[in-house]
Amino acid sequence: MTVKGERPHALLDVPLHYCPGCTHGIVHRLVAEAIDELGVEGKTVGVASVGCSVFTYNYFGCDMVQAPHGRAPAVATGIKRARPENVVFTYQGDGDLAAIGMGETVHAAARGENIVAIFINNAIYGMTGGQMAPTTLPGQVTQTTPYGRDVKTAGNPIRVCEMLSSLDGVALAQRVTVDCVKNVKAAKRAIKKAFEYQMAGKGYCIVEVVSTCPTNWGMAPKDAIQWLRDNMLPYYPLGVYKDIGEGEQ
Amino acid sequence: MAERVLMKGNEAIAEAAIAAGCRHFFGYPITPQTEVAAYMSKRMPKIGGVYLQGESEVASINMVLGAGAAGARVMTSTSSPGISLMSEGISYIAGSDVPCLIINVQRGGPGLGGIQPSQADYCQATKATGHGDFHMLVFAPSTVQEMVDLVAGAFDLGDKYRMPAMVLSDGMLGQMMEPVALPEPKEVDNDSKPWAACGHQNKREHNVINSLYINPQELEDLVRERYKKYEKIKETEQRAEEYLADDADIIIVAFGASSRVSRSAVDKARKEGIKVGLIRPITLWPFPEKAIWKHAGHAKAFLSVEMNMGQMVDDIRLACRCTRPVEFYGRTGGIIPTPKEVYDEIVRLNGGVQR
Repeated sequence: MTVKGERPHALLDVPLHYCPGCTHGIVHRLVAEAIDELGVEGKTVGVASVGCSVFTYNYFGCDMVQAPHGRAPAVATGIKRARPENVVFTYQGDGDLAAIGMGETVHAAARGENIVAIFINNAIYGMTGGQMAPTTLPGQVTQTTPYGRDVKTAGNPIRVCEMLSSLDGVALAQRVTVDCVKNVKAAKRAIKKAFEYQMAGKGYCIVEVVSTCPTNWGMAPKDAIQWLRDNMLPYYPLGVYKDIGEGEQ
Repeated sequence: MAERVLMKGNEAIAEAAIAAGCRHFFGYPITPQTEVAAYMSKRMPKIGGVYLQGESEVASINMVLGAGAAGARVMTSTSSPGISLMSEGISYIAGSDVPCLIINVQRGGPGLGGIQPSQADYCQATKATGHGDFHMLVFAPSTVQEMVDLVAGAFDLGDKYRMPAMVLSDGMLGQMMEPVALPEPKEVDNDSKPWAACGHQNKREHNVINSLYINPQELEDLVRERYKKYEKIKETEQRAEEYLADDADIIIVAFGASSRVSRSAVDKARKEGIKVGLIRPITLWPFPEKAIWKHAGHAKAFLSVEMNMGQMVDDIRLACRCTRPVEFYGRTGGIIPTPKEVYDEIVRLNGGVQR
């Protein structure tokens, strides 16, 4: 018997705490596969954020630092500046990256900080039980938008890749999703490319993964995937928003 | 002894940090500490170091957390309102057992306050810099030379105990120029910290720098361990200078800029025959309780002289175990007390000059 899809080495053999149907697990695997394939686990330092992904430091086999809420890009900057030979990535949710940490994100991107940001956009705060996120869709019901997000009072969602792609320091800004095999493969290619760009010293790379939160969306995993396709992807179109390619930073 | 050069306090402390092997500086401009950053921005690129201006104090202290977590000898510098912004990061740094050096060139507060010298961050520095149970090592220099002399030790003790250290300066010490002898530069091995998150090179288990402990028992145990370390530090690291204290009836307790003023007042009062002395805390945390207690037997009263509203008074009361009255004289808002004001207070306490 041949085993296909063995656990990547960079993903530790521990139970994940994520809810059934949550796409964090898939993205963890893709990041770990990229690290394995590039052979950089020994020199990678990951930065965990605050939110559902806070425990990533228990899951990735590389060295890990857990950052205060929103500050992962600044913490990653400190690591990378102190250890330019290390491969440094952050793993952040939408509240962490696009609300409390937007300042750190924009400035790390503008500096062309040579780090990778893996950005999980599931349009909701998961860890605290389903409140409005900066990426919550207009009309979307959450615990703190019980009548649906009214953009007149609660403001508009932020399209992070589009916004960051205007900054000169960004080498790669790509939005992917993991709703089907084809897209999972595309997501993997984007993540691996981001790591490769960092190793080539190209600058700030962000891979936004449009994700599901079945628990806080109040849906079965399968329905959540369909809701993502019907509602998230029209508002957050997949694609490459910036890619400097062979260009130098 | 090295040649003495005339330097501004803020620049001297930066050069001393470089001499102590610091090659990583992250900060954000704020008066009256900006010369520290400006000096670092000039020097670091020339010596293969890192100078980076963060987009805020919040970002800067988190860059310090990252570099410190990766094992680097790292520092930041700011002034009072900046410490408030950094307090989140400092709590995480303490909770993650990451050493670093933080300079606070204090100015008047609260709020935006003012830009003149102050000591109004005493309680913040020594008791509650951020949320949670923790301490920093806090050093209070009173001369430019002492700023230079304390920096290397602050880095070393921070490394030894794996905790943040602060040099609590103020706008007067930062801005004034005095002759200083700089120490010989020393090399620091950034690879000497086995706990650092700098890549395991496939040779060890992964290191995790973290302050999150969901299990309350685990967190309590860890905090208790840290407090055992703090007790050891209280036992071994207290530092104070005593000046004419051995026969004194009145003992002034003052640190930093206000201790310089107090020393002049002590000299003047001694000429008048008043038995007054000075205890100058050099470490504010740990507070030099031993020096205070040692003199509590013969002193009739303590007088705390501060550039704030009396934030150190309670620490002196505790250190003398409330056996002596602890009086207070201070100016705040950015005003430095004059030697005459302190002298008058000594005379008042002494019941008038007895000739």
